[in-house]
Amino acid sequence: MRLYAVVAAGGFRRYATYRTATAAGVFTNTVFGFILAYTYIALWDARPQLGGYDMAQALAYVWIGQGLLAACAMMGGGFEDELMERIRTGDIAVDLYRPADLQLWWLAGDLGRAAFQLIGRGVVPMLAGALAFDIALPGSAWIWPAFLLSVLLGVVVSFAVRYLVALSAFWLLDGAGATQMAWLLGLFFSGMLLPLPLFPGLLGEVARMLPWSSLLQIPADVYLGKHTGWGLVEAYAFQGGWAVALLLAGRLLQSVATRRVVVQGG
Amino acid sequence: MLDTSVGAAGEGTGVGHDGFITLDGVEKVFQVRRKAGLLRRERHEVRAVDGISFQVARGEMVGYIGPNGAGKSTTIKMLTGILTPSGGRLRVAGIDPSRERTRLAHRIGVVFGQRTTLWWDLPLRDSYRLMHRMYRIPDRRYQENLDRCVELLDLGELLDVPVRQLSLGQRMRGDIAAALLHDPEVLYLDEPTIGLDVISKAKVRQFLKELNAERGTTVLLTTHDLTDIEQLCRRVMVIDHGRLMYDGSLAGLHEVGESERMLVVDLERELPAISLESEGAGPLARVVKVEGPRQWLAFPASASAAPLVARIAAEYPLMDLSVREPDIEAVIARMYEAAAP
Repeated sequence: MRLYAVVAAGGFRRYATYRTATAAGVFTNTVFGFILAYTYIALWDARPQLGGYDMAQALAYVWIGQGLLAACAMMGGGFEDELMERIRTGDIAVDLYRPADLQLWWLAGDLGRAAFQLIGRGVVPMLAGALAFDIALPGSAWIWPAFLLSVLLGVVVSFAVRYLVALSAFWLLDGAGATQMAWLLGLFFSGMLLPLPLFPGLLGEVARMLPWSSLLQIPADVYLGKHTGWGLVEAYAFQGGWAVALLLAGRLLQSVATRRVVVQGG
Repeated sequence: MLDTSVGAAGEGTGVGHDGFITLDGVEKVFQVRRKAGLLRRERHEVRAVDGISFQVARGEMVGYIGPNGAGKSTTIKMLTGILTPSGGRLRVAGIDPSRERTRLAHRIGVVFGQRTTLWWDLPLRDSYRLMHRMYRIPDRRYQENLDRCVELLDLGELLDVPVRQLSLGQRMRGDIAAALLHDPEVLYLDEPTIGLDVISKAKVRQFLKELNAERGTTVLLTTHDLTDIEQLCRRVMVIDHGRLMYDGSLAGLHEVGESERMLVVDLERELPAISLESEGAGPLARVVKVEGPRQWLAFPASASAAPLVARIAAEYPLMDLSVREPDIEAVIARMYEAAAP
């Protein structure tokens, strides 16, 4: 396990080395947050209590979204480009002979990355949002750890999805199409553009059942105190369930891919 | 000549005392699908490795050479366990690599010259810390090995530099150190000096020599740079089209390849091509080129130059001369050509 701790620490520090990129990201997130916030204000002025959120909650939702955008890699930008590149160039062969589990290796690295991006790219936009707008704050202190646990599960689900996408490179070689597809789905179904309860009818039902709702919708609702008691346990179970299912799918795909490489030479 | 023909290979399950790495009729066949017409796909086979047998004893340092696409890397991949052989029997330290890849990984080190195992954005030191945990190296041994590598490979000032800022030669030395921290019994080097400058090459070679001498690490080296082989390996294997063409000493290659040495003579003035008849045995040497007073004469590498020089000095107005040793690359190129279908 210590190996994976070192990998996670490495993931954290890798992203920490690019300070300018982080600063640029923070700036973008903040500007984006302002644009979304004013759009939401216009929307909630016209339709108060939309989706069951009041204005302050809607604004909090915007800034949580900006805070988690990088950490949960809702628009991609984690390890998957690197992994795909390694598959394409054959560098993956180097990874395979190491006495380490490929999936755990990348998961650990991605958790390290998420931890950095939550701090480095999440805190500042959330603070900026809290200062500039009247946003809803958690009703009690225990909400914070509950929120963070939900974010952690969200990161794992996000990893598991992106791992599947990255492994597609074994068959597609050029994974750009798959990445873009995943990016689009993630942006829409995580609730990044609009909270999922706003989607009408069947679309809303489906959107709330898909794994991407674990990335933002559920952590945000935990923050806003929409899941308490058994509701909170259910929310965790939903995220955990998707995490386990997708990680297992990733393992399955990984073993098929490895066998292919091992027997066929890729 | 080295005895490499241990005939009793493959009997029983144990490995002979001098067969640390044992290959017995190992094959690797790839199925390649080719388009044949609009919808039809034709399957055809590519025999990347076509029945190779050899043994490498513990502590040996062997060069494994061949042209591009000869099957060198495929062999290395099978030896590390990331490719499964299609046929034959393969053992490294008594382990079947493709079955017990992870167990074997703790006992082997691999350096691919064109790929890196190091963390691109982080200082070299972080990658080594990772190796420490990955191979579960005891703290003291890790520290000893790291210190030794740092000293011998001159890495002291590089430890805190991010890998992406290292030059190719520095990165290569970093990669070699990374492959050795867990005291591997076997080291596979795939093109370890590719793209390096003369000084970096010399450093890498010197280090490998010492490693082999002091630790008895078995080294299997693939390279296109024959100087690597000349300076490091007493034994060389030549592979082409997936088959082993030659296995023996480097000197033996000259005999097999019928290589020639070149005598360059400067005469006093321009003269017709030198012709020397020896008693009954045909010409001692043949003239390859005449350029003014300078002439090039080729003669068998196995023959002595002395009688030839004596004859020329006696019969021609000789001013100066030099002897050029046979070019091993030319020898090997001739072998490849002879083998080409």
